[in-house]
Amino acid sequence: MNPAPLKYKFFTPGVFILILLALNGIVFLAIRFIYGLGAVTNLDNYTPWGLWIGVDVAAGVALAAGGFTSAALGHIMHREHYHSIVRPALLTAMLGYTFVAFAVLVDIGRFYYIWHPLIMWNGNSALFEVGICVMIYLTVLYIEFLPIVCERFKGRINLPGFLKFFNKSLDKLLTLLDKGLAKTMFIFIIAGVVLSTLHQSSLGTLMVIAGQKMHPLWQTPVLPLLFLLSAIAVGFPMIIFESLIAARSFKLKPEMNILSKLGGMVAPILFVYFAFKIGDLFISEDFKYLLKFDTNAFMYLGECALTITAFIMFLSRRVLKSPLLIFIASTLVIAGVLLNRINNFIVAYNPFFDPNNYFPSFGEFSVTIGCIALLVLAYRFIVLNFPVISHE
Amino acid sequence: MKNLDRRSFLKVAAAGISITTLGTSPAISAETKLDENRLGVLVDTAVCVGCRLCEWACRTAHNLPAGSLESYADDSVFKEFRRPDKTALTVVNEFENEKNPLLPVHVKTQCMHCEKPACVSACIVGALTKKQDGSVVWDGDKCIGCRYCMVACQFQIPTYDYDVSIDPKIRKCDFCESRRQEGLLPACVNICPNEALIFGKRCEVLKIAKERIKRKPEIYVNHIYGEHEIGGASWMYIASKDFDKLKMATLGDNPAPGISEAIQHGIFAYFVPPVTLYTLLGTFMWVLKKRKEIDPDADTEKNNEEKGDKI
Repeated sequence: MNPAPLKYKFFTPGVFILILLALNGIVFLAIRFIYGLGAVTNLDNYTPWGLWIGVDVAAGVALAAGGFTSAALGHIMHREHYHSIVRPALLTAMLGYTFVAFAVLVDIGRFYYIWHPLIMWNGNSALFEVGICVMIYLTVLYIEFLPIVCERFKGRINLPGFLKFFNKSLDKLLTLLDKGLAKTMFIFIIAGVVLSTLHQSSLGTLMVIAGQKMHPLWQTPVLPLLFLLSAIAVGFPMIIFESLIAARSFKLKPEMNILSKLGGMVAPILFVYFAFKIGDLFISEDFKYLLKFDTNAFMYLGECALTITAFIMFLSRRVLKSPLLIFIASTLVIAGVLLNRINNFIVAYNPFFDPNNYFPSFGEFSVTIGCIALLVLAYRFIVLNFPVISHE
Repeated sequence: MKNLDRRSFLKVAAAGISITTLGTSPAISAETKLDENRLGVLVDTAVCVGCRLCEWACRTAHNLPAGSLESYADDSVFKEFRRPDKTALTVVNEFENEKNPLLPVHVKTQCMHCEKPACVSACIVGALTKKQDGSVVWDGDKCIGCRYCMVACQFQIPTYDYDVSIDPKIRKCDFCESRRQEGLLPACVNICPNEALIFGKRCEVLKIAKERIKRKPEIYVNHIYGEHEIGGASWMYIASKDFDKLKMATLGDNPAPGISEAIQHGIFAYFVPPVTLYTLLGTFMWVLKKRKEIDPDADTEKNNEEKGDKI
């Protein structure tokens, strides 16, 4: 079983729906770039960050964590057994981070200055660290993906017309690139893991500076640690989730032998994450806010319920063996982490004396959903044309 | 596998603990050393009559549409609570005075020019800077419009132009930087007819505030807002009623950027932690690869064992 492009048609009814969603998002994107953020979003001077930062950026980075966790498992720990999941996870991470970078471009007001952090540094700023790490990591992901491109085109370059002349030299170049990359890839793989641990945690540091504007249930100095642990915890469930969706969508046999093993590692990681989360709640004595039974308490308990249910499910051998049950359990972990990021960036952010509670606008949802649709379409296109997914 | 997991978790846990302990002692970075003679303004809300001339002067000084001076006599604007926005860098709000209903309390709002500004610490490109004279100013040539300063500011002062796509600005009081360079007073201080705004060295302004409270304890509550709030500010307020009733947030004394900066510097201390992690992972990868070369079956065997005790 080696990775190879899938032989399957690109267009299906589902794909048309995705295209429609993407077009809808693009319309609102155009409005945002012509008339400014206010024309599309419900953001104001009280609430400067909304859905696009909370979901597209923060949750996007977390849900792309499968890239570095699988790289650590497959390459650094040398578990060759897992190699078949490394490529799909890498592709998701690459597309995910591209999506994050694009979301940042959309959200920042002076988007034409997006390159400024490269030369204007502020080491005190958590956002600067996140920005730089994400930029470098995105580059690393593209480099990690290059061998797949080389593999696809090596010995198969067939340019039309007078360009034929270049076929041979291009092929040589690809072979050389492939060889060079094979020898140096370990540098990028380790860098990818280090960069990920750095910015996954710094993403948590972001909201620490909001101080009292952030609800005490979430505001804690250990936020970076909680963000890192939850990102690690969501990595494998995300791989299981998309592997099963891909299997269904392309009528492949689910690779349950690998997915069960991956699933077996989820419960201990979830346990550590949750232990820190609850430990922090009790050390800071913030559990008293849970007794208020308001939106904040409800949202916090929602997060806990999702995590605990997923934890219990992942402990069971039956769940690990069943494609349906392990899919549900993975979805619960993903929902839990997604909710956690939404809570941290949107729900917990309570500006003083804010007359209108922020709720994302239709335009904001449209852009987010449109971008996700584009991401899925890109994933589909790439697995149909590049050797990413292993199959018979 | 199980062991490895546990080990890496311990490492993470240790990092977390060091972060937490660092977090409790806010580290103040060296560059924020403040000048002794830095400036300050005292806003005496008990003296302010709410004429809003400061609003007009501020707009005029910053080339914002100011309207006629007469239109500021209209006090119907006090019906709703206003905040600085793209049309005004400072606004005056009116609050009820229980002690004397005929003399409502007026509170001017603008950037506090913090001693340890969260916005300066947060800004991704260093577009906001704390000057030696105490002022906090914005540099439009650097700003990328991420609005993290607005998230960071505990006084919720910076505003953003949501209605334009090209060249939206972060706006806030700049302590009349250009006027002061010409030797003039800040526009609001200059126009205030009642001397409700007292401008001078911060240390002297603070003395005046303390004196006023001491002299008339029956009027003022014993609290100088801005003296200690999140590490202190250049602008300070005294008032006849509690500040939370004047819609001014109750804040602690710890500098707002303290914990965040401590975490940042903890993770990045001279790049030692990332480089160490890189080296550790590299060694680890190399050792495992060597072991595999000696015994190619080691992996599968161990996996099977694990499956036994884990599932």
